[in-house]
Amino acid sequence: MADDVWILGITMTKFGKYPDRDIVDLAAEAARGAIADAGVGMSDIGVLAAGNYMGGDGLLGPGRLGQALQKQIGQTGVPVYNVMNACATGATALRTVLMAIKAGETDIGLAVGAEKLSGAGLLGSGGAGKADGAEFTPTGRVGQVAPLDGRIGTETMPGVFAQVGMEYTHRYGKGDFELFARISEKNHAHSTLNPLAAYTKRLTLDQIMNDVMVAYPNTRPMCSANCDGASAAVLVSGERLKRMDPDLRRRAVKISASVLTSDPWTETCQVLPDINTLTRNAAEQAYTVAGVAPEDLDLVELHDCFATAELVHYDNLMLCEPGGAVDLFESGATWRDGRLPVNVSGGLQSKGHPIAATGIANVWEVCHHLRGEAGDRQIEGARVGLAHVIGLGSACGVHILERAA
Amino acid sequence: MAEQVPLVDYLVLGDAPHLLAHECAQCGARYFDHRNACARCFGAEFRDVPVAGEGEVQSFTIVSFAAPGVAVPFVAAVVDCDGTWVKGNIINTPSDPDHVRLGMKVRLATYVVGTDSSGTEAVGFGFEPA
Repeated sequence: MADDVWILGITMTKFGKYPDRDIVDLAAEAARGAIADAGVGMSDIGVLAAGNYMGGDGLLGPGRLGQALQKQIGQTGVPVYNVMNACATGATALRTVLMAIKAGETDIGLAVGAEKLSGAGLLGSGGAGKADGAEFTPTGRVGQVAPLDGRIGTETMPGVFAQVGMEYTHRYGKGDFELFARISEKNHAHSTLNPLAAYTKRLTLDQIMNDVMVAYPNTRPMCSANCDGASAAVLVSGERLKRMDPDLRRRAVKISASVLTSDPWTETCQVLPDINTLTRNAAEQAYTVAGVAPEDLDLVELHDCFATAELVHYDNLMLCEPGGAVDLFESGATWRDGRLPVNVSGGLQSKGHPIAATGIANVWEVCHHLRGEAGDRQIEGARVGLAHVIGLGSACGVHILERAA
Repeated sequence: MAEQVPLVDYLVLGDAPHLLAHECAQCGARYFDHRNACARCFGAEFRDVPVAGEGEVQSFTIVSFAAPGVAVPFVAAVVDCDGTWVKGNIINTPSDPDHVRLGMKVRLATYVVGTDSSGTEAVGFGFEPA
């Protein structure tokens, strides 16, 4: 059994629109990039985990990316795990490879996440349909006689996560529309330094607040950007790494904690998804395993699928005292020149959120800084970082990463 | 008067419309959808219990963009009804942040959602300012 697992190579494609490329093309670019970055070859890869949520063109349904990718970059016969865990899909792929290495099945493995989401529109909404027409017949677990989206709450993601943020502001009596918009202002400002972000335009607070309202208090720029992209990582056991070239060892990043949680039962999550408890559980476990405290972190990439979500995750990841998320943001700490920079990549709101690619892309961003290779947006001297994603349902992935000593 | 059916089976119509929760006989956890077993204690016996018709808004959003066929804007909310959280729309008041506030008191209200080919009306519920 391997004691520790490291990231040897990691990459992401530029996020954006790729009308002429399919998800396998994007996955292949990321996978080949990660393998090259790792200084190994396809024949060294002992396990492949491939994440994809929406499926691809033609016959490429969800859950088939791994083998389709092998046919483009190398059919070596190694075990393939096709994984899907909503927006935590990429983190789940990464963790699947890590578990295979920890179990001693192989020394080196490849995790890939790829998605085409440009023009996908609102996620989560099945549509209301008409309540008129054929005879009413109760169906499903609530015996409904007509579609419920828009009649009993909302199924759209901007609306669900808006309620998550509003619930927090109600619980602690702090925070409003403008506060959420200012969080978005920060991330859009950060994105101007990230050449791989889908959108790199700085937006003023006025522009953000006066843009199209999607689900109050989330306006359009406060929602994650649907786009295409892929990311990939090559993982290696610590034992194998010790025998590798010093240049590879110097750039390797230690995975000090890799945690995946699901919702424990809570009273209220039966009605409104509780993205808080499982994130806090994941963070607590990760800090314990890594022997790292929140104040040790040099940067955090967290799952800002909506501006309303970023606020609650300050608290969930224990970057502040319970109830202190608004104060933390107001202090300026989470801006890139603050005490604890959050989403210096631009976050999902401007870097973009090609679902299955996001989990590994967040890890890539942290690794980029820990390696000292982040160029204009480098957080100087970064040694420890945290990457977080959450897939509604829910699944939460937290990775704590540390620079090679 | 047309025959009426509830939009969902946990809405009880009649003179005093109210919601029913399926309460775990073992631990008291409440659910609105049918469960195979309790997600908290794994017990498999449930009893139906009425849910208070008055409550307080814990969270809301005003949805302006939705799938085709969904009338917008509407207010989706979570209401604390005497300890039981209920998902429902805020109705009978304008859908804007001046009229819908966190912590506002609301009460259950019903309305006709649509009519089927045999003339039966489906009745849904929401919460209106109390």
